[in-house]
Amino acid sequence: MARTVPTGTKLGWTIAAWIVALLIFFPILYTIVTSFKSETEAIAGFNLVPSGTLESYREVQSQYNYFKPFMNSVIIAVGSTILALLVAIPAAWSMAFSPTRRTKDILMWMLSTKMMPAVAVLVPMYLIFRDWGLLDSRIGLTVMLMLINLPIVVWMLYTYFREIPGEILEAARMDGATLWGEIVYVLTPMAVPGIASTLLLNIILAWNEAFWTIRLTTTNAAPLTAFIVSFSSPQGLFWAKLSAASTLAIAPILVLGWFSQKQLVRGLTFGAVK
Amino acid sequence: MATRQTRTLARFMMLPSVILLLVWMVVPLAMTLWFSFQNYNLLNPANVSFGGLFNYRFFYTDPAFFQSIWNTLVIVVGVLLITVIGGIALALLLDQPIFGQGIVRILVISPFFVMPPVAALVWKNMLMHPGYGVFADIARAVGLRPIDWFAQYPLFSIILIVAWQWLPFATLILLTSLQSLDGEQKEAAEMDGAGPVSRFIYLTLPHMARAITVVILIQTIFLLGIYAEILVTTNGGPGYASTNLPFLIYRTALLGYDVGGASAGGIIAVVLANIVAIFLMRAVGRNLDR
Repeated sequence: MARTVPTGTKLGWTIAAWIVALLIFFPILYTIVTSFKSETEAIAGFNLVPSGTLESYREVQSQYNYFKPFMNSVIIAVGSTILALLVAIPAAWSMAFSPTRRTKDILMWMLSTKMMPAVAVLVPMYLIFRDWGLLDSRIGLTVMLMLINLPIVVWMLYTYFREIPGEILEAARMDGATLWGEIVYVLTPMAVPGIASTLLLNIILAWNEAFWTIRLTTTNAAPLTAFIVSFSSPQGLFWAKLSAASTLAIAPILVLGWFSQKQLVRGLTFGAVK
Repeated sequence: MATRQTRTLARFMMLPSVILLLVWMVVPLAMTLWFSFQNYNLLNPANVSFGGLFNYRFFYTDPAFFQSIWNTLVIVVGVLLITVIGGIALALLLDQPIFGQGIVRILVISPFFVMPPVAALVWKNMLMHPGYGVFADIARAVGLRPIDWFAQYPLFSIILIVAWQWLPFATLILLTSLQSLDGEQKEAAEMDGAGPVSRFIYLTLPHMARAITVVILIQTIFLLGIYAEILVTTNGGPGYASTNLPFLIYRTALLGYDVGGASAGGIIAVVLANIVAIFLMRAVGRNLDR
């Protein structure tokens, strides 16, 4: 039952919440604002009203060829997620619908691979990448991120698949559906929302991954994370350009993220909090 | 009949994932373990020899090692304190009746979607810059001397940036948990005369305990591996003041070309992460039984 709240109280909470929210959002807001300033404006002291110039955006493209790292990010994030889904869907499927005594152990073991610190295998991975000519290649990085996110993908899919009632399968079987028919006509339509959420969350995670993407690329395959790092030792005035590059780098994922709030909780807590 | 066939097929459907993860876990880790006992420097690759525990002893006696372990722990604990306490406060605030709740939520969770190098560079330059940053502007406006954050408080500055990135995660999960609290229970407690403070301590907090545990454990896994934020802000300095274990290993491996030493450090990082992992697995495993 909803309680009726006096408007005065609600107004008080509203003001408090908006102040806190705007403070937290401020660094992002200020980055967006600064991206529309000129370089001299950007260091001229605090000012929330930009002149609205698009100079920085033009320069980020013309001087630094922004489009290339952007495309690398898209290819690597989307590619690794789709690869992971292809491998994970059958596995999650069989664990959800045909579990054995060992299913739980396998799931826990998969989760445990996620806890291996990246630095612990930096040396061997670097040497393998070097020897196989995979350094600074999109393929190498795509496979790498696929492996990193595979446990999360399996887990997320598993928690979604597990919610599909098994009776539906039995009914389909009674009606003479083959395993293939069962998968294509009965389960797939029910699984699509779960698969879509998994896809979304993992694109976000892969897009923002900032260890392997930085260490295993230099120029050719460098995605946006590595591109932004190159701004850490700049010459001359660069804040407006940094802001423009940053805004472009985070905007698509920010929008995706807003749509996937619920899935985020579920996916990142491995179903422990829903 | 069909069921046995289905079951066999189900086993096969699991194989690709299991094999990939098995290879991914075993091969590099075995290599790291092997290298950690070798004297192996990339500048002198022809001269590799068995070093026994030399690398571990070398790492152990290096003063930077203890500092980096200490820094790693300070970062983890510092960020956890800020995000868990802040997250609880924010979740309670966002759970109140608010005009425009959807937009407030979006604003609050946004930092989580900002990639680490962007977050760190924006904070370093536009907020914390001692000359032109917003913090310096504020300091001057109230008549104080601007602080040179990364020179004077390098570790704290990094904690601040990382906490900003993870506060939304904690808030979102704690809010989700808070909203699953039964409204009738709250009303019953209220009718029994429980004040807001005792309601929070005896009803809300126990209800959120599980979510808080999950937040702490998951964040710890990620916080143990903080890297990009340090790389673009302090580069581990001044000296080793803001070098954590991952950063020290990176330095040893790719700047010092010392494969053996970096591998020994990697094994130590694995041990550290495993201690945390055991607790997390228990918490998540309990959920599976439900």
